[in-house]
Amino acid sequence: MSTTTKEKPVTLKTLTNKQDLLSGGHRMCAGCGAPTVVRQVLLAIDEPVVISNATGCLEVSTCLFPYTAWRVPWMHSAFENAAATASGIETMYRALRKKGKIKKNMKFIAFGGDGGTYDIGFQALSGAMERGHQLLYICYDNGAYMNTGIQRSSATPFGANTTTCPAGSKIPGKLQKRKDLTRIMAAHNVAYAAQASPHNWRDLMTKVKKALASDGPAYMGIVAPCNRGWRTQTDDSILLSRLAVETCYWPLYEVENGTWTINYDPKDKKKPITEWIKPQGRFKHLFAPGNEWMLEKFQQIVDEDWESLKKLQGTFGR
Amino acid sequence: MKQMNWKELPHAGTILDAGNADGYETGSWRSFKPRWIEENCIQCLFCWIYCPDTSVTVKDEKMTGFDYKHCKGCGVCAVECPGKKGNKAIVMEEEGK
Amino acid sequence: MTTATKTKMQAVTGNQAVAEALRQIDPDVIAAYPITPSTEIMQRFSEFVSNGKVETELILVESEHSAMSACIGASAAGGRVATATSAQGLALMWEMLHIASGYRLPIMISLVNRALSAPLNIHGDHSDGMGARDTGWIQLYSENAQEAYDNSVMAYRIAEHVDVRLPIMVCMDGFIISHSIESMQFLEDEDVKKFVGEHKQIDPLLDFDNPKSIGALVLPDYYMEHKRAQHEATTKVKQVVLNVSAEFGKKFGRDYGLFETYRLEDAEVVLVALNSAAGTIKDEVDRYREKGVKAGLLKPRLFRPFPYDEVGDALKNAKAVCVMDRADSYGGHGPLFMEVASALYPHRQGPALFNKVYGLGGRDLMPHHVDQVLDETIEVAKTGAVKMIKEYITVRN
Repeated sequence: MSTTTKEKPVTLKTLTNKQDLLSGGHRMCAGCGAPTVVRQVLLAIDEPVVISNATGCLEVSTCLFPYTAWRVPWMHSAFENAAATASGIETMYRALRKKGKIKKNMKFIAFGGDGGTYDIGFQALSGAMERGHQLLYICYDNGAYMNTGIQRSSATPFGANTTTCPAGSKIPGKLQKRKDLTRIMAAHNVAYAAQASPHNWRDLMTKVKKALASDGPAYMGIVAPCNRGWRTQTDDSILLSRLAVETCYWPLYEVENGTWTINYDPKDKKKPITEWIKPQGRFKHLFAPGNEWMLEKFQQIVDEDWESLKKLQGTFGR
Repeated sequence: MKQMNWKELPHAGTILDAGNADGYETGSWRSFKPRWIEENCIQCLFCWIYCPDTSVTVKDEKMTGFDYKHCKGCGVCAVECPGKKGNKAIVMEEEGK
Repeated sequence: MTTATKTKMQAVTGNQAVAEALRQIDPDVIAAYPITPSTEIMQRFSEFVSNGKVETELILVESEHSAMSACIGASAAGGRVATATSAQGLALMWEMLHIASGYRLPIMISLVNRALSAPLNIHGDHSDGMGARDTGWIQLYSENAQEAYDNSVMAYRIAEHVDVRLPIMVCMDGFIISHSIESMQFLEDEDVKKFVGEHKQIDPLLDFDNPKSIGALVLPDYYMEHKRAQHEATTKVKQVVLNVSAEFGKKFGRDYGLFETYRLEDAEVVLVALNSAAGTIKDEVDRYREKGVKAGLLKPRLFRPFPYDEVGDALKNAKAVCVMDRADSYGGHGPLFMEVASALYPHRQGPALFNKVYGLGGRDLMPHHVDQVLDETIEVAKTGAVKMIKEYITVRN
């Protein structure tokens, strides 16, 4: 059963009437993709929302004592446990609501970076999804441990140069492809799982609304370019998130109660992966003589993943 | 902000003044500054939705300029600005020029 | 003078006693993850939940790390929270224990003391509790099922006291107490409910109209002030424990303090020990008293914060004190010994002091072992000379 909300499409004009729930004055790097993701997520929500935040860039930069950029209830406790902490918050909400001590209808969101989600927080996330808490876990995915200085995570793309898989003369960066967490979350049979990108704010915000309207746990992976780690300019985070989608490195899709839908299919306009990776210094060595195989392999990985996603849509689509 | 001593700290270090980072200025981080050219603006509001620093000001559903107290000068708004007939409504200029 | 009604004596295990206390307290949220020997507490509690005996929302987490994380989220959200664990479970929680106390969250852990691996062992010693010594949690130790029950009933009153607001562990020995059946007395449900009272969280996260941020990054400009403020809360615990215990004693007729003294008043040779070993030691103290030896026991109840002044005062007139540790600090003295030595430092012309490590990994402490220790303590009292400060007993040499 679809849980699609029947609402008027949001417009930016009407959205400007809402208060931004993430204030300025936070210390995220200039041009970081993550705060844009968070702003869009929060602007999408009409109900009271409570946030649990894993340790990471977003957490340390938005809540540095005695300042907080959050205008909604917000809690951080550790790195690997945003999902477990949110489970506790959401369960207490149900306990107090049952006793009539809380009247408001509230929503619960956990934010984690890819390190805190794909790696160290994986178990807690899996547990929370399996238990069926009424919460939305959002991974803002910049493909490495950026807060500690660009170390490899299991979300790091094939070939990338990071500080723990540096492109050297013997080992040319990361040799493994990234873990496909969104599909792993879908395999938990959660009510809603999706990938989004901030360049397509309307798609992102629609997905947040659907996720929060779902009966059960929801997961969203959102690409969040990091100019420090990707070795790019400060002004290209939206451009690069768009290219990630247009090259099908980061397809926009959703899985609603087992139904797979690709939200953007470039068809014959699918761009070669080089368009996404060329502007990024972390892939510079892929263009060096002798590393042609890496470009080929990267393209092959993207193509295979895209084809398999289309098959999933074909088999489990509407 | 005057630094509190340990007796003055809020219980458990909880910050009760939600969104008080608004009072912390990050504008000094800028080396480039966005300038709004109103006549080229089509009010698409892309600058507003893409700004990572909540630094594009809006009023009555229209973009009105920048919050230079917080704008870090990343330039995302200028890149995403479609402008009018190929003329950008936001351009980046070096600070202090 | 007791004003409340008492139920009749019943034969139960320690785990059963604690589960019963939790049923009567009926916390808002409990996070549960199984580990021997504490598992039975949550098994029994789950039955209460499944059969509608409590209103508690149970979170059946996928690890102890998530158990404590969920407790932290739930407690900060604004209600009463508990969990139970042992050994490796507490060790896995270690990171989060510090965060629970740093956020001043009055969570309760029923800690069924068990040896830490390696080698893997499921039996009782205090290495788990001692490993959490510096996590900022209040620790109450319990000799038997009755004490574990009574301490559980008193725990929230201490932890949630407005001067305190710190998490609390109620400890009892794995298997020796958790799985042994002994006779004890429960309180009436109504009496427990009334005694424990309502909990009102300070700055609850779910108070949506007053949004707050819990868990900021704190740099060197403020970190030390945060820790100093946290220490201040621990200085208030002693008085609160005394007050709550006095009220409990008045209402229910069982008296508790910061520690229990057994024939200590005029004692010349004194043993100090935690938890179940105290029972065996009391028997031997009695036998030695019959022989004309002025023997006595001090059994700490509140181990964190440690009542240095009071313990020092209680021991200063003895001739020799042997501190018995059911945990070790490799390359150091036993953890209980270190505290007692600190407590006696202002009285360093007082008793000769030494340390025996016993009963690790559930090794039995038999009456004849206690006799050996008492005999040595008598010898030390006579000569004033301690041959070896720390030695192992109950071990094959």
